[in-house]
Amino acid sequence: MNLNILAAVATGSPSGFAALWPTALVVVLAGLAIWALRLIPKTRLLRKIVNYTIFAAAGACFAIVLGALVIILGYLLWKGAHSLNWDFFTKIPVPPGMHGGGVANALVGSGELLLMATALGVPIGFLGAIYLAEYGGKKFPFLVRYATDLLNGVPSIVVGIFAYTVVVVPMKHFSALAGGVALGIMMIPIALRTTEEFLRSVPNSLREASLALGASKWRTTVTVVIPAAIHGIVGGIMLDLARVAGETAPLLFTSFGNEFWSHSITRPTAAVPLVIFEYATGPYADWHRQAWAAGFVLLISILIVNIIARSIMHLRYRPA
Amino acid sequence: MNPKTTVTVTTEPGGGNPTRFSSGRLHLGDRLLKSITWLSAASIIIITIWIAWQLFVFSAPSRHKFGWHFLLTKTWNPVSEHFGALPFIYGTIVTSVFALVIAIPLGVGAAIFLVEMAPRKVSGFLAFLIELLAAVPSVIYGLLGIFLLIPILRSAVVPALKHTLGFLPIFKGPFYGVSVFSAGIVLAIMIVPFIVSVTREVLLAVPREQREASLALGATHWETVWKVAIPIARRGIFGAGFLALARALGETMAVTMVIGNDPTIRASLFSPGYSIAAAIANEFTEAIGRMYIGALIELGLVLFGVTFIINGVARLLIFSTGGNGYES
Repeated sequence: MNLNILAAVATGSPSGFAALWPTALVVVLAGLAIWALRLIPKTRLLRKIVNYTIFAAAGACFAIVLGALVIILGYLLWKGAHSLNWDFFTKIPVPPGMHGGGVANALVGSGELLLMATALGVPIGFLGAIYLAEYGGKKFPFLVRYATDLLNGVPSIVVGIFAYTVVVVPMKHFSALAGGVALGIMMIPIALRTTEEFLRSVPNSLREASLALGASKWRTTVTVVIPAAIHGIVGGIMLDLARVAGETAPLLFTSFGNEFWSHSITRPTAAVPLVIFEYATGPYADWHRQAWAAGFVLLISILIVNIIARSIMHLRYRPA
Repeated sequence: MNPKTTVTVTTEPGGGNPTRFSSGRLHLGDRLLKSITWLSAASIIIITIWIAWQLFVFSAPSRHKFGWHFLLTKTWNPVSEHFGALPFIYGTIVTSVFALVIAIPLGVGAAIFLVEMAPRKVSGFLAFLIELLAAVPSVIYGLLGIFLLIPILRSAVVPALKHTLGFLPIFKGPFYGVSVFSAGIVLAIMIVPFIVSVTREVLLAVPREQREASLALGATHWETVWKVAIPIARRGIFGAGFLALARALGETMAVTMVIGNDPTIRASLFSPGYSIAAAIANEFTEAIGRMYIGALIELGLVLFGVTFIINGVARLLIFSTGGNGYES
């Protein structure tokens, strides 16, 4: 950012918390005014008016939310579709400032990262969910669920720091592997949650029937319960993948980005979200065009996977 | 489903009596599956603790040098290695609170519309649309923030605000586009879908009889919503607010792209600022020396601690209203 602008901002605007008091005054006055409204007597007419006014306001809220979201996504799709070309999918980036090139390496890099993440995160979540749904208990499952919720709430950038400290620091350089570890950890909570939810939705009569036929517990789980819930589990894992596919923050200092092809998982690799970030914040018009194109490709893939996953999940044994 | 039922079902056939099926091979399979799945479940607890531990260990240089002053100091000078997190904490709180102030009324209003007014079939479809929008990655919101939202704010919204509320210090000073204000708006747009879907879920969970009783007593539709449905769903809605707050606090990419990245505390929302997550995202790869990296990791530790607490509270609130709180 330009230094002159910073200087102008620093001298031209009031600084510190002390200058906030007029704002606080306005907030307090508005609060008092709302409180004073209670003193008006409630006639039947007034109650009807209030009823319609508030529902109109709720409708307006909904219109604003949907309108804003439709506008911004429509803009992205329109702008992105205009920015796409064949080179985008087949070539690697050209030196900064030059026209043309593509992000083929980032598309492959993202695929590679997602594969690694799935290989790490899904088995842990899936197997953990089997324990919670089929073996149960009291204290331990509670702890696991709580830890899962907290892990789910850990900001993605913090997961990035974690992967940095456990993979990048010992290896002494950035690598695709570190990015895969970060994304894999982020996949665990949802893999566990959806798997558990769908295993639990399998009717107990199925388990009892299997056990009554003499099958052991593990056979019942593997050949009866899991197949009955498989739609939901696969759908859930697809949603999980779609969620981490757009994650950028945990990749910044793990897989780092790369302008060329990456030939090893122990080397830095490019990824689509990193490309969007780098190109959108960069100075060149052609970079901006490619950022739109990359955003378009990423968003379309995520939305398609989401829609497919949700339709698969609703095929059978929907959880209540 | 009640977990206890599962437990009773899982007792071995024959109630522990020796049966002809209980050969050693079968027991082996059972024990194997149980221990593998137990290990996976336990590893989740271990990973969560491990993350906290790594942040704690790697932030040691900075923690030892600055102590608690780290949280209250305004200087952020990598050259002289003086680090204070206050500008980042300020920026994070201001953007998140600003986003919530916009997003909660809008989101709750939209959810009330979906549950109370929209026809059932349309409501489900619209809710599905809004849930899809929650899947849009934050870097894309950042992209839209830079190229779509900031021009709109600059040409229409900010001049109007200055004209009407310009006497307030929070709306004073020049507007260059990248600012705390833009970051707050982008955050609000990002968390609205989430608030709508959780609020809708808890409102739908309010028993039908309660509404009918209230309407039968002569209350208007709105009075029923306000005095019956919302009080029952209140904790769930608070929970949604807390979860949204935790997301806003930890949100990185969209904020980094529009906040301006300037570690100074200013009253005006129109001036550039900085947030904790944005500082980590921008400076981590350029940081040199144990102290600088330690300070950035300590910022991560602060973020982890705060979101940890907020998420814990939010989950308790949502569990206690019957919503499952899984959508995040």
